[in-house]
Amino acid sequence: MTTLDVNGKQLETDASPDTPLLWVLRDSLNLTGTKFGCGMAQCGACTVHAEGVATRSCVLPLSAVEGKKITTIENVSADAAGKAVQDAWIAENVAQCGYCQSGQIMSATALLAKNKAPTDADIDAAMSGNICRCATYVRIRAAIKRAAATLA
Amino acid sequence: MNNKPFEILNVSDQPAVTRRGVLKAGAGLSLAIAAGPMLSACADKGPVAGTLAPGPFLRIGNDDIVTVISRNSEIGQGTFTGIATLIAEELDADWTKVVVEAAPADPSKYANPGFGPMQGTGGSNAMASSWDQMRQAGAVARAMLVGAAAEQWGVPASEITVSAGVVSHAGKNKSARFGELAGRAAKRAVPKDVALKKPEQYVLIGKDAARVDARAKSTGTALYTQDVKLPDMQVALVIAPPRFGATLKSFDAAAAKAMAGVADVVQFKHSVRDGLAVIAKDYWTAKKAREAVKVEWDESKAYTQGTDQLFAEYKALAAKPGVEAKKIGDVSRAGAARFVEATYEFPYLSHAAMEPLNCVAQITKDGCEIWTGAQLQTMDQMLSAALLGIKPEQVRINTLFAGGSFGRRSNPQSDFVQEAVSIAKAWGTGKPVKLVWSREDDMHGGFYRPAFLHALKAGLDAKGNIVSWEHRIVGQSILEGTPLMPPGAPIDPLSIEGSANLPYDVPNLQVDVHTTKSPVTVQWWRSVGSTHSAYATENFLDEIARATGKDALELRRSLLAKQPRHLAVLNLAAEKAGWGSPLPAGKSRGIAVHECFGSVVAEVAEVSQVAPGKFKVDRVVCGVDCGLVLNPNIVAMQVESSIGLGLGAVMSGQITLKDGKVEQSNFHDYTVMRLNQMPKVDVHFVPGGQKPTGIGEPGLPPVGPAVAGAILKLTGKSLHNLPFTRSGISIV
Repeated sequence: MTTLDVNGKQLETDASPDTPLLWVLRDSLNLTGTKFGCGMAQCGACTVHAEGVATRSCVLPLSAVEGKKITTIENVSADAAGKAVQDAWIAENVAQCGYCQSGQIMSATALLAKNKAPTDADIDAAMSGNICRCATYVRIRAAIKRAAATLA
Repeated sequence: MNNKPFEILNVSDQPAVTRRGVLKAGAGLSLAIAAGPMLSACADKGPVAGTLAPGPFLRIGNDDIVTVISRNSEIGQGTFTGIATLIAEELDADWTKVVVEAAPADPSKYANPGFGPMQGTGGSNAMASSWDQMRQAGAVARAMLVGAAAEQWGVPASEITVSAGVVSHAGKNKSARFGELAGRAAKRAVPKDVALKKPEQYVLIGKDAARVDARAKSTGTALYTQDVKLPDMQVALVIAPPRFGATLKSFDAAAAKAMAGVADVVQFKHSVRDGLAVIAKDYWTAKKAREAVKVEWDESKAYTQGTDQLFAEYKALAAKPGVEAKKIGDVSRAGAARFVEATYEFPYLSHAAMEPLNCVAQITKDGCEIWTGAQLQTMDQMLSAALLGIKPEQVRINTLFAGGSFGRRSNPQSDFVQEAVSIAKAWGTGKPVKLVWSREDDMHGGFYRPAFLHALKAGLDAKGNIVSWEHRIVGQSILEGTPLMPPGAPIDPLSIEGSANLPYDVPNLQVDVHTTKSPVTVQWWRSVGSTHSAYATENFLDEIARATGKDALELRRSLLAKQPRHLAVLNLAAEKAGWGSPLPAGKSRGIAVHECFGSVVAEVAEVSQVAPGKFKVDRVVCGVDCGLVLNPNIVAMQVESSIGLGLGAVMSGQITLKDGKVEQSNFHDYTVMRLNQMPKVDVHFVPGGQKPTGIGEPGLPPVGPAVAGAILKLTGKSLHNLPFTRSGISIV
């Protein structure tokens, strides 16, 4: 048994230590908001926060996250930046198929948590690891700016 | 923009409710999906007394909730919102009380009028095919509510008004909410003839209603196939043939079966392929176990060629006449003074939607139940039934949100659905099994946009006017061998769309086709034949403009006098982009126009050269004629999305094979559009449309040739072999 600190709760899992955090969240802890897209940290659909840092959970073994604070899309709104980002996402109608958007929101929240007024270049740097095949990128950029304005 | 509607769907922090809906579904109740637990909660209650349901497309409960039942799948294109708009408009519903759920698979009720007897979503026809049907459904329900109020209040129906879910009679100072009238209305006869609104009466149509799924998809609560959990469900990963056409010879799964958490390793077979499925308690266990399985394949009939050989073969074919697809005049007697020629190569493309393909299937005592982001439900039912030896109506399909598709989930052979059903059948336990393809499985799983070669030759007279246009097309058919091929058709219409219907007025035209065969499976990919035909024809026109010293816009205008819709979008895009106005050094514009799915779109691409071989697409300005613009914001989203997917494909998208094996496997080597590469997009509409035409796809075809045209002007470099990376060009 491994105890994880997820969304402020201590949760236990019997998954093997090599299991990527993504599958622990989804299959063991029933937190299915975090998505599987590529399995090799290429698309960002699985992005969560580990100690506040945007992290690809599909390549992060369970053994590496024991004792670390993990935040997922299910609880990102508990944070002011996360709430602002989610509200901006809804207001800008960002999502199309929506499958990648949990990961997009986690990356955007991590950006705004440390940079309250990101430039286009900052947004490029923080968000280009998250693929959206619906190419909602124009609205992702707009939503990040909207969220930044509400946090200012 | 008004973002108020649907705020009622406040579903954040309540994912457990969504899961309960699924569990209930597993117990045999209908599964409500769409915007989240609001709907599941409705489904949980079961049929409510006093519900008005005058047909298959909506029901109104005594709780005032208007539940719209969408026969079109929500794969990202905004269909749920569009269908709800049409029904709510004629119903005069309260938008905050409208929810949407996916229809069950039942073609007797939910066939797509554009697809004959089939239920399905595609061809960008969701709004066009729903325009009359769904408005009618809303108007019928409204008439019944009005009739019930008239009876109750003893007033003429003609004196009653309806607004935002409230029925009123001003003279008697009476009013009632929909929920209060639903029970009485349900007892009335369903009227046959109801009047529809005039455009000036529209409240919702033409406005920017927020998407019904915006909140669920921004909070991680929207339910996709990947998220389905059912009692006793296991996860299956497959071991698929390493080459197209290979079959399973032998295997040793003893080590895998001995691993903790592994339920079974079974051999599956369906009409597309056979293979092995490793069935385990979860994804990671199944993934590790499949690495422990030893497999031998019979590759005696497998495809062992490579992409280089494929195009060599296509080039050889292009030297010979093909089957005639279109002929005007006689190209051999056009009296050309000189010729312009170009040959284009288009690679296989993977759809690579964000949600790798997946499907949950359970064999039940009375048939089979499926949970997936289904897009061609009738075919899925038929082929699953054939596999199981049961009737199509015994196959129940719960259509979930699809994490993208771009055509892939409407597979005419239902490959991934058949795969899940065949695994459930082979396992034989009656327990549900969730087939999950890894990204690599998805990318190697075939059904690509077919590779094509286009050879074009234009004859010019002494003044540079086009007197002949010869267009030879070589590639695989998508429809051949499927039940969807038009009987007796000599050519797959999807191979020639966008080519045989060239909009330009040329006096002598000849289009012919060589249809090739290959075990590499192919399928429609967003905008289908136009993905390659628009690029070939529009880029070729730019080559002619360059050869004759003409302006790309003026050349098109001169050939489109008989095409008012093309001219209108071309002029609109050109005007909004400032076509012809000076640009700084290193910047250029390209333009393209194309018609598909009933709509015409022109795009002007503004491109900067940032380094040798490196270009940035700064902006794409679009002129769009998609008829009546039902929801300007969602239409713009579809155009943006089409531009991102289309530009990603032409800049770097390609599936190549070597010795019969697909060379790409994941997003590191099948590179797609990313945020830093995405241009700004400005969308402008031609006003005055009377009803909607397609918009899920028509924004895609022009972007590639528009960008290539700008690069041609900047550098003189022709980009005839896609993707651009083959020519050493990158989009940054």
